[in-house]
Amino acid sequence: MSKTAKISSGAKARKTVGNVLIHIFLAVLSFIWVLPIFWVIITSFRGEKGSYVTTFFPKTYTLSNYVKLFTDTSILNFPKMFMNTFIIAIFTCIISTIFVLSVAYSMSRMRFKMRKPFMNVAMILGLFPSFMSMIAVYYILSALGMAEGAMIRIALIVVFSAGSGVGFYVAKGFFDTIPKSLDEAATIDGATRWQIFTKITVPLSKPIIVYTILTSFMGPWVDFIFGKVICRADSDYYTVSIGLWKMLEKEYIDSWYTCFAAGAVVVSIPIAILFLATQKFYVDGMGGAVKG
Amino acid sequence: MKKAGKRKSEFVNPYTVTGAVTKGNAITKLSLLIMGLGNLVHKQIGKGLMFLLIEIGYIAFMIESGVYNLSMLPSLGWREQQKVWNDSKMVYEYTAGDQSSLILLYGVATVFITLMFIVVWREAVKSSYKSEVLASTGKHLNTFKEDIKSLFDQNLYKLLLAAPIMGVLVFTILPLIYNITMAFTNYSKVNDHLVLFDWVGLANFAKILNFGDSIGKQFYSVLGWTLIWAIFATVLNYFFGMILAIIINRKDTHWKGFWRFCFVLSIAVPQFVSLLIMRTMLSQTGIVNTLLLKYGIIDQALPFFTNATWARVTVIVINLWVGIPYTILQVTGILQNIPGELYEAAKIDGANAVQTFFKITLPYMLFVMTPYLITQFTGNINNFNVIFLLSGGNPTAVDATAGKTDLLVTWLYKLTVDKNYYNLGAVIGIMTFIVLAIVALVTYRNTASYKDEEGFM
Repeated sequence: MSKTAKISSGAKARKTVGNVLIHIFLAVLSFIWVLPIFWVIITSFRGEKGSYVTTFFPKTYTLSNYVKLFTDTSILNFPKMFMNTFIIAIFTCIISTIFVLSVAYSMSRMRFKMRKPFMNVAMILGLFPSFMSMIAVYYILSALGMAEGAMIRIALIVVFSAGSGVGFYVAKGFFDTIPKSLDEAATIDGATRWQIFTKITVPLSKPIIVYTILTSFMGPWVDFIFGKVICRADSDYYTVSIGLWKMLEKEYIDSWYTCFAAGAVVVSIPIAILFLATQKFYVDGMGGAVKG
Repeated sequence: MKKAGKRKSEFVNPYTVTGAVTKGNAITKLSLLIMGLGNLVHKQIGKGLMFLLIEIGYIAFMIESGVYNLSMLPSLGWREQQKVWNDSKMVYEYTAGDQSSLILLYGVATVFITLMFIVVWREAVKSSYKSEVLASTGKHLNTFKEDIKSLFDQNLYKLLLAAPIMGVLVFTILPLIYNITMAFTNYSKVNDHLVLFDWVGLANFAKILNFGDSIGKQFYSVLGWTLIWAIFATVLNYFFGMILAIIINRKDTHWKGFWRFCFVLSIAVPQFVSLLIMRTMLSQTGIVNTLLLKYGIIDQALPFFTNATWARVTVIVINLWVGIPYTILQVTGILQNIPGELYEAAKIDGANAVQTFFKITLPYMLFVMTPYLITQFTGNINNFNVIFLLSGGNPTAVDATAGKTDLLVTWLYKLTVDKNYYNLGAVIGIMTFIVLAIVALVTYRNTASYKDEEGFM
């Protein structure tokens, strides 16, 4: 092929065709990706009950699914589940964020004998199915008297946050990219490690802090299995994910299917807003980790 | 080995336990029995008292219940719950029997506490020896206040790591060890061993690994599917995600932000929600089948989750829907980091888009993202949510405990929660770990970013 400045009309046409094809391809894929989300949104406004429908678009539209979701608390108490999850998520978020940042900073910035062993142990622990220890956690919590009644909430907070320290890799990767010369300069100026951590590292690490807060806050909302094992049959302390899952069980699906869709929308909106608003931080945070 | 030796010399501590035993004076030697004595003698009251309190607490615990817990560990209990006729009250009374699962838990916890106590004891001995040496050479001994202060400076890591490590020890490692010990017992519904059970050695492992046994057969088929699943899920997600990211980032693609938004939107919806939606849409009477039947495209409902092959393909494809947006997010930034000259040079040499991809983009991306891929692979082997919420492991043969799409981890769930075969569940967990450890440790240790951790500092 000749590399002249003049592009032949044939090549130009080919390029245009290629471009059109690629845009059509992207449009089709985007359609597939958005379709399920669109489907659940229109289902949440559907007037006809039940899970079996013969048309894609509802015949009648209504808000009653949302009304029922928040008022019919006799069988599946969604408002309570929502509050449970919200409270658990806030505490989990605070504890996990502190744990993750503490461990990540220690691993990234300090050198001590147990450092490598700890990192290896953290990696090995990540290889066990997280579910494997759940039964045992349940026993430990019951031995501590934390598996009954109102203590279930605390148990869930503990379960979601206690082991979070091993998930420090992303944050450590980010801390690694902050120049060490800053620390050294501060040390010369007489700053203690604690001051360096709180006054220099933390302010410079906004992306990863937002990322950590976000992921740990979302944990209880998206977790399903831990909540199910800890709550067992005690529906008073269900989190939203167990509640929504219940709505699709055989005995509930006919009367609760459209409410499930409404619940899914209600849960997704705050998380989607949080996520889209902080997407930049998410990418930046991950970027720090994979630069190595 | 050489590396380990080097690491030790980096953090050498002259005040060792051996040193304390061989060279320490009477006080230091006495500190072997009475923790913190050396510190107390040298006016490190706070530190000394702390050690002493820990020792008193440990001894009290051992007398109170620790010794009993350990003594019960070999037998795991034998007393059955019994009905006893109480003559004076004229009723049957139940005497509490042993509960092996609790005996095992308390026993493991006691061993655990003892190990932690030994760690503290070693620290106490070293500390006593150190204060003796420092005092005899006339050097400065840290006061309690200075010790506290150092926690915010050179010993900051101790302060920062204390709570997270406690959390991991109590709620991750201890449960894990407890669960692992179950693999060596007959704790299961079989022969009614849910209350009282015994040690059985490696019998469960033999059962699972035995081709002839029905459980063994299921194990190999589940293991095979788990590996196939993990490979397909990881590779396809990565490959298609990267291609999509490249297409979106092409110079000639319009509305880049819009396309990216469409894909990323699906991440913003919680995964269990989108998975449950997918499941209802694809079910036998779901909207997809209904519409296809209605317009006469198919004659009977497509068996998305009822036919083994269909179900396997379906979960992999839906996992693409879930995973590709993540890959796009991850890959976009790194793609832009690829040096532009490489592409210029390839263009001058007359390479087309496909050649550029396989000769430049892919090798570069693989080089940078191997750790990410390994994490993805291990994550997929343990991908509980996608399988459990989509197919539930189904379809399942009538006489089997594992379905055709069950991964090791969902099978583990079924064995423990639904079937109460705790011992077999534990074995499956250990097997999962072994598979992952082999895959991950070998590759991890050979990746650039693990070796050159300090490289980019």
